[in-house]
Amino acid sequence: MAELIIASVMTMMTAATPLMFAATGELICERSGVLNLGVEGMMLIGAVFGFATAAATGSAPLGLLIAGTSGILASLIFAVLTLSLLSNQVATGLALTIFGTGLSALVGLAYVGETIDRIAAIHLPVLSDLPVVGQLLFGHDPLVYLGFIVLVCVAWFLNRSRWGMILRAVGDSDVSAHAIGYPVVLIRYAAVAFGGLMAGLGGGYLSLVYTPLWAEHMTAGRGWIALALVVFASWRPGRVLFGAILFGGITILQLNAQAAGLGIPASFMSMLPYIATIVVLVLISRDVVRIRLNAPACLGRPFRAER
Amino acid sequence: MLRLEPRSTRSFAAAWLSPVMALVLTAITGGVIFLTMGKDPTTALYIYFVEPLTTTSGLSEVAVKAGPLILIGIGLSFGFRAGIWNIGAEGQYIAGAIAGGGLAVYFYDSESTLLLPAMLVLGTLGGMAWAAVPALLKTRFNANEILVSLMLVYVAELLLVHLVQGPWRNPQGWGFPGTRMFPDVAALPLLFSGKRAHLGTLITLAVPFIAWFILARTRFGFTVRVFGSAPLAARHAGVHSHRMIWQSLLIGGGLAGLAGVIEATGTIGQLMPDISPGYGFTAIIVAFLGRLHPVGVLLAGVAIAVTYIGGEGAQISAGLPKAVTGLFQGIILFYLLAFDLFTRYRFVVSTRIAEH
Amino acid sequence: MTEQGLLSLTGVGKSFPGCIANDNIDLDVAAGEIHALLGENGAGKSTLVKIIYGVLRPDQGNIRWKGKVTRIENPAQARSLGIGMVFQHFSLFEAMTTLENIALALPPEDPEALRARLEETTSAYGLALQPDRHVYDLSMGERQRIEIVRCLLQNPQLLILDEPTSVLTPQETDILFETLRMLAQEGRAILYISHKLEEVRALCDRATILRGGRRVDDCLPAKETARSLAEKMIGKKIQQVSRLSPIDSSSSIHLAVSNLSAHSELAHGVDLTDISLEVRAGEVLGIAGIAGNGQVELMDALSGEAGSPLAGSISILGTNAIGLNPTARRSLGAVFVPEERIGHAAVADMTLVDNSYLTGNVRMNFSRRGLIDWPAVTRYAENVVQDFDVRTTGVDALASSLSGGNLQKFIVGREILQEPSLLVVSQPTWGVDAGAAAAIHEEIQRLVSAGAAVLMISQDLDEVFLLSHRISVISQGTLSAALPVDQITPEDIGLLMGIRHEVQPEADHVTA
Repeated sequence: MAELIIASVMTMMTAATPLMFAATGELICERSGVLNLGVEGMMLIGAVFGFATAAATGSAPLGLLIAGTSGILASLIFAVLTLSLLSNQVATGLALTIFGTGLSALVGLAYVGETIDRIAAIHLPVLSDLPVVGQLLFGHDPLVYLGFIVLVCVAWFLNRSRWGMILRAVGDSDVSAHAIGYPVVLIRYAAVAFGGLMAGLGGGYLSLVYTPLWAEHMTAGRGWIALALVVFASWRPGRVLFGAILFGGITILQLNAQAAGLGIPASFMSMLPYIATIVVLVLISRDVVRIRLNAPACLGRPFRAER
Repeated sequence: MLRLEPRSTRSFAAAWLSPVMALVLTAITGGVIFLTMGKDPTTALYIYFVEPLTTTSGLSEVAVKAGPLILIGIGLSFGFRAGIWNIGAEGQYIAGAIAGGGLAVYFYDSESTLLLPAMLVLGTLGGMAWAAVPALLKTRFNANEILVSLMLVYVAELLLVHLVQGPWRNPQGWGFPGTRMFPDVAALPLLFSGKRAHLGTLITLAVPFIAWFILARTRFGFTVRVFGSAPLAARHAGVHSHRMIWQSLLIGGGLAGLAGVIEATGTIGQLMPDISPGYGFTAIIVAFLGRLHPVGVLLAGVAIAVTYIGGEGAQISAGLPKAVTGLFQGIILFYLLAFDLFTRYRFVVSTRIAEH
Repeated sequence: MTEQGLLSLTGVGKSFPGCIANDNIDLDVAAGEIHALLGENGAGKSTLVKIIYGVLRPDQGNIRWKGKVTRIENPAQARSLGIGMVFQHFSLFEAMTTLENIALALPPEDPEALRARLEETTSAYGLALQPDRHVYDLSMGERQRIEIVRCLLQNPQLLILDEPTSVLTPQETDILFETLRMLAQEGRAILYISHKLEEVRALCDRATILRGGRRVDDCLPAKETARSLAEKMIGKKIQQVSRLSPIDSSSSIHLAVSNLSAHSELAHGVDLTDISLEVRAGEVLGIAGIAGNGQVELMDALSGEAGSPLAGSISILGTNAIGLNPTARRSLGAVFVPEERIGHAAVADMTLVDNSYLTGNVRMNFSRRGLIDWPAVTRYAENVVQDFDVRTTGVDALASSLSGGNLQKFIVGREILQEPSLLVVSQPTWGVDAGAAAAIHEEIQRLVSAGAAVLMISQDLDEVFLLSHRISVISQGTLSAALPVDQITPEDIGLLMGIRHEVQPEADHVTA
């Protein structure tokens, strides 16, 4: 029984990690006032290029690096269109998702069925061998820990640093920030790129650690769930962690229930994460006042400097 | 030096030029991509964009492919104009196929001529029901329709898989996932013998013109335009925002559901897991490429359908993977959005010397 | 006090495509002086101060700061020179605290040190501010204090204020004046832009008057009357405005509101409490009040755009209007002009023809058998443009291409040409140049003489006194009893405006 619980918790964390990365990145992006719906596309791009690199060079860590970089590049396409060419953010984000899906399918053709050496879980000499606690606290793969660290850093950045305050200001009123003299567009470029980096890493995690292989559409909607998570978290990092773990938990529930042969058809169990996302969205969105107070006031609106 | 300045009147030239430019640039980019893949660009481009239009069977295939794209695209364009982002058309398409196709599965040995019309109606209602969920959740709970409708796509896909592999599986199907073939009375009549174009295509041709009329000449069409542009002004004109949300989503869902059942019964003839090559998502591109204008959507649907058929041809004759088509679609949309700038701004030569 | 020329502009000029904003302007401001910059909308005041603050650069002329010729390249440099500016539209961040808002406008500084400096400054000048409150919770006066403190913390020698009192209650205005006098006594200079002539007379030592981009006069406000100042601004004698003839108290009531209470749908709105009013045929009822006291909520309740009220009744031309949407109310004979031109009264990226259809549909029968008769709409739009002298390239021009004044003329004209029996209009001439404002006033008076009733909500006291037969004051969502215009003075109105404003416990104490 204990084995089952430990295994469940471990899986819960690995299921939560890609969501954590993607949602944290999108959180920064949205705090600056930019809505990037292309998370799914960026994750797929990260996944495919990460996997391709690992398969070609034999190095999964290098693959991870490339995954993040390709995420940044993908996000920059979005940034140029929305921030410099003032295109509609919703449409452009969708375009990025469609582009990412198509590009990753194309590039991934050569790698379907290939295997790589996944990034292994860490092993600390004494600590990892402790009963129960050893595995739970010290036995995850490095990216799980990285996810936590990034989240903590982002929380500190937003709430305690000057540039975090400036980022929040840009998302609150781009016009005011510009009037005071801050480089609004540049700041937003940086925020979008960070979102791309995180989404790319999240995708890379999927293809390099979670299930070390490539398959078309392997993100299966996680990018969209990450977007919902940001809303659920009321744009705060701490709640992103909670939400990601919650979804990790739902994934476990679904897997365990299937294994336990409860008699519910597999398809319906697979629907759980998506239905849960809808439920969570509804519960949070009902509170109109809370959304109004927490959502960055400029979210989704294009900014053109007055001359 | 050059400056960007907001336009003071609408520019029709710019509005129609941007889709054309987007297609041209996509073709050029495509040529470059083909080069990197070691294929001859001009041949490949020819196969993709031109060849499908050169034979009657090609044209027929384009018509069949364009049908659902145009139908869904028109539905989406209404919503997008109103600022309602129905991204889950794919799910509504599947729901329509399930609802209408389900009737055919249940009455698999029927000979009634009522079956086909009933299927079409039920399919439309199925799509509307699937779209009613985001409409309800948006109006009652302020939930974002993009995410809700999208999540429902995954749910619909899983539901379809469950049905065709489980309760609705064809007992004589040799284990292949899929329902029985629909009865003959359920099939949409073919237009020309030997070709696959069917009655659904005619229906699809009529819809854009009906939509054009509605948008240009009716109060409803006007309010759709205002609501997307300035919701407060729409309210000032007496438009009830909840009603607009419901109408936009139901129109989009209904047309997507209709496309789904037409495709299931006209083109395929049964229900199976792969009932859609992503029509619901491609239709989003079609809607934008057509600049949300009904006639534009018609032309854009044809253009995109050409690339689909071209893609299939390229796979056979040039060894190019089908995935390239998906990539092209993303690229078209990017270029389109980039050129969109020029419909709202124009270049002006600035004669000011001192610029801060 | 030595008359040291602190700021000196010589021959400053600035042009934009199509207009000369500043033409050969001289200006001298001495240390310790409160100097007014007067002129109508469009006279060039904003452009001039933007040049001084480094937002714009002049095409001709010189700026001397403390005797030295200086080029002011950008606001950061202006601030480092010792020039501070409080704009009419604040650059604040609603969801952030006062301390954060101030920190964002200043160079990086240790937060604790900043907090201490803030405390020092606010108590020295009597500007009460709590560092940890969020801006969305603050009144306009408190928000302005943040802007002022942002400037003061950078030790300005010259402080420029652009229309500072347009958003303040009379008490808040008094506090501001005390602060400004204190600053002047310390040897700082104040450049004060305003069109409120009585305030200028009370506060300012000298005034420079701009008209049409040129400096036409300077004077000592204390020695002038508001009337003489206005005449210098406009450049000609002001006609005595003919008062509307008093109305017959037996004429029919076109709008009756009784005990109306409604919840505000806005983010930081004001609920309406127990509002009652009536407007008769041939009468203008003016509702005075500073923005943010329930005007938007009242307008939405009257036009039918808000949800059902909590209590009370609204009756338009004798018919109960509760539950009727704007279209239905229009068919009863009422038309509405909300305060927001772009985005509410008109759609920016639609043509004037489309915008005519927006509200004209029901009264002008633009729909026949469910279809829109576009030629008829176009003719209507052309009539509006012609009758109301709307300067535009044509009825196919986008609404966004019209200037504020012209768009407002179009909107008001679009409503008036529908021959309504009731016009409800909010801020009819806000941000509109004097010529267009006069035209709009004339049209309202003409409508009233033809027998319609007009309810006018306005922040502009001059306008309220000019046009109204009776005046009410809206404050914090409540309405005072309406008094005939000859039985109420601006001072009374000021009192009524302030009457329900709670003063913060920390007291806006003023060190006299």
